[in-house]
Amino acid sequence: MATRPYNSALDSIPAGDRPGLLQRLHLDLPLLAGILLLGIYGLLVLFSATEQDPGKEQRQVLRLAMAFVVMLAVAQVPPRILARWAAPLYLAGVLMLVAVLLVGDISKGAQRWLDLGVLRFQPSELLKVAVPMMLAWFLSGRPLPPGGLGILAGAVLIAIPTLLIFKQPDLGTAVLVAGSGAMVLFLAGMSWRLILGIGALGAALMPVLWYLMRDYQRQRVLTFLDPTTDPLGSGYHIIQSQIAIGSGGVYGKGWFNGTQSHLEFLPERTTDFIFAVLGEEWGLAGALVLMAIYLFIILRGLQIAAAAQDSFGRLLAGGLSLIFFVYVFVNTGMVSGMLPVVGVPLPLVSYGGTSLVTIMAGFGMIMSIHTHKKRLPV
Amino acid sequence: MSRSRAKEQQAERAPLAQPDFQSRRRALVLGLGAAVLVLTGAVFYRQVLETDFLAAEGARRFVREREIPARRGMILDRNGEPLAVSSPMKTVWADPRLLSQHPEAIGPLAKILDLDAKKLAQKIETNKTKGFVYLVRRIEPGIADRVAELARHTKELGLGIDTEYRRFYPGGEVFGHILGFTDIEDQGQMGLEQAFEGSLAARPGLRRVLQDGQGKVVEEIEQVRAPANGKDLTISLDHGLQFIAYRELMRAVQDHKAAAGTAVVLDVASGEVLAMVNQPAFNPNDLEGGKGDNRRNRALTDVMEPGSTAKPLVVAAALDLGKVTPNTSFNTAGGKLAIGGKTVKDVHAYGTLTTTGIITKSSNVGVVKIAMMMERETLWTLFDRMGFGRPTGVQFPGESAGQLRNYKRWSTFEHATQAFGYGFNVTALQLAQAYAVMANDGVKRPVSLIKGEAPAAQERVLKVNTARQVRAMMETVVSEKGTAKQAAVEGYHVAGKTGTAKKSFGRRGYAAGKYQSVFAGMVPVAKPRFVMVVMIDEPHGKAYYGGLVAAPVFARVMTEALRIFNVPPDVPTPGLTLAGLEDSK
Repeated sequence: MATRPYNSALDSIPAGDRPGLLQRLHLDLPLLAGILLLGIYGLLVLFSATEQDPGKEQRQVLRLAMAFVVMLAVAQVPPRILARWAAPLYLAGVLMLVAVLLVGDISKGAQRWLDLGVLRFQPSELLKVAVPMMLAWFLSGRPLPPGGLGILAGAVLIAIPTLLIFKQPDLGTAVLVAGSGAMVLFLAGMSWRLILGIGALGAALMPVLWYLMRDYQRQRVLTFLDPTTDPLGSGYHIIQSQIAIGSGGVYGKGWFNGTQSHLEFLPERTTDFIFAVLGEEWGLAGALVLMAIYLFIILRGLQIAAAAQDSFGRLLAGGLSLIFFVYVFVNTGMVSGMLPVVGVPLPLVSYGGTSLVTIMAGFGMIMSIHTHKKRLPV
Repeated sequence: MSRSRAKEQQAERAPLAQPDFQSRRRALVLGLGAAVLVLTGAVFYRQVLETDFLAAEGARRFVREREIPARRGMILDRNGEPLAVSSPMKTVWADPRLLSQHPEAIGPLAKILDLDAKKLAQKIETNKTKGFVYLVRRIEPGIADRVAELARHTKELGLGIDTEYRRFYPGGEVFGHILGFTDIEDQGQMGLEQAFEGSLAARPGLRRVLQDGQGKVVEEIEQVRAPANGKDLTISLDHGLQFIAYRELMRAVQDHKAAAGTAVVLDVASGEVLAMVNQPAFNPNDLEGGKGDNRRNRALTDVMEPGSTAKPLVVAAALDLGKVTPNTSFNTAGGKLAIGGKTVKDVHAYGTLTTTGIITKSSNVGVVKIAMMMERETLWTLFDRMGFGRPTGVQFPGESAGQLRNYKRWSTFEHATQAFGYGFNVTALQLAQAYAVMANDGVKRPVSLIKGEAPAAQERVLKVNTARQVRAMMETVVSEKGTAKQAAVEGYHVAGKTGTAKKSFGRRGYAAGKYQSVFAGMVPVAKPRFVMVVMIDEPHGKAYYGGLVAAPVFARVMTEALRIFNVPPDVPTPGLTLAGLEDSK
């Protein structure tokens, strides 16, 4: 066992030293600092966006605290337990997705919620972490890079929940769940030829996808291509959010001074479109600061992945970090009018609890992977 | 060992740093960098390159300019009595884009506004891509409150309520011809409302406001322009006298089954119009269904041939030149006079008449003889200086100038007919203006519809003595031997002249049996206070002479006018006075 090659980064943990407080709590300081910074920054933006409803601000602080506790709890779970729970969690998630389709609550025209009596629960959120766990576990159990059969099996594992979520319909989450699985496959060393092949196949399948889409989803794509065709209907979100961002200029209008957001021109300004509020009030400068924080968190996550002791840890930490980046990219791309409107919140900034908990659980896993390392013999 | 344990062991055994992983890492960093670049680029594009356009678009969405309503100026009578007032009313409009999403609201809305629900629904449907359509304008504020109540219960119903002023005319049809009215946009149409649009019109203010996505005003930013109410206009009419004149004219028109009628009362000293009424009339508060003809202010827009009312003017010209005296005798022979190949006739054969007698009896033959003593130019010049053939100068849209043909083109017979008022035409106001010259001791004052206008240049047209002599002659008309004894007013000396002109239809000649009965007079004779012209158009029935049809209107209106303006009687009434004195003894 001692012959195992180790990454130089591991040397940074001095063997035999008494572990510090953060180490004992299984927390990673840089990642924690990044998350806290982001949380505070997000609250500031939200504070202005929720001016009409101060209660929202308090609820969000509470949710952040709750999510933090979840992260802390998950961080205590060693990676091998995570690996053991990957398959059951995935299975449970898929079963719940089926249940949602059969008996789920309908909210805003989509079946996404499962009412468990005491709490309403969105199983698709669970899949956001269960799918990368499952794939990391599955792929790390065989030689890397995976062979054709392994990749095919992985693809099936991704496709089942993705299709179930797409059917709800929830395009945004479906894209994220598929993305999270794909990231793990990519990290596992899928060949470039295969990636390009799948990309080409995907492009070829676009018309089929178009056929499968609901009317409102098609409308969104059309509106994305030209928002001015329906300025009062589905184009309204995009036009208003671009106006809000654009009128911010380089330094913004100042905190609480955003007219578009405060005068109720900007729809969904506390949730999916909060980036527009930031853009209007804090300008390009504020947007770049936000981007920098996100980038720092992602890079630290990837660093942890690179330093992981085993494939499962590496694949999971890398996959989770990358999907976090996809969240950010899809949301900001949508709000700035670069991507079509899909319901993806801005992680840790948008108002809302479910996705917050999922994301923080993911960070908990990354921290666990980094802090549960076997001591090296001197 | 459980199965998962085995897997774990397997995982640990899996090779870690394959060469491929390094390239994967490079790809990863490259991809990440590219994505961050694209994102930054997108935000940079919006916030730096496109910011001006987007900021302007944003401003368009929340900064709006709104009107601040202003009130149109009032029109008041000479005593400050309101004749036209604007009161604030509510106007309800809709944003059909929003309202069309709430079909359930159409029914209750139609009920409140007293509209047909189907028509309202159709109106909203046909305009559903538009952002603004009027539903009802200028309704009672109470009704608008109920609309506001309805709008409160539904979010984004798309209803709006504005303040707009509505014009009310307390005098209704009595003042309709003079005042005119305003259209739906509060613009003066016809009458003084049109003539004085410039000063009466309200200038709405403008304010810049911040409004939210629902169109509600969040904050006032600035007042761009202060609202300016229109200026009030005080006109020369007397409210009370106008009502009396209207009543008496209407009665005469009805009694004589006449087609129309008009009457003008002038204040001699100032030239101001105290009353001006017409029949038929219209109500400016309710314009629907009224005929356009009813809206003409005939006293100013319609012309008539003055007929015998022109005779005192001809006599005045002759007196002024010293051609005749009041006692100069004329032989009217058998009431016929051949002239220019045609014959002038009198109603009766009067034999020999003095100048005064010609006026008293209204002899055509006599007045023609006087006219033939003067040059055509002399006669024309007098008519011209009296104001015939050109507008009086009152500011009134559609005033007619009348027609006075150049004397060089008069034939001999026309020279003769001018003397008894045929061959030219005048408006009732022009005739009153000419009589006011005689009433004002020969001085012409411009007439006016506005109270207290700066006195325009006065012009002496007749000698003082001439004017007094003509008045004395006209006084004989209002007597037992004259043609208008019904014009008499108890307690006052009245002077005047009747006229009964066959109605002319331009080149088609004169209509048989269609007359215009005129009386023009003044009171009190010694120093006249009022001049009044009454014209009844096409009286049907046995009576059609001016003395029978028009003179009684003069008498009744003047009786009231003298009382209203406290003009002391100039005829002693000893019986009454003595009786009163005896009673008190």
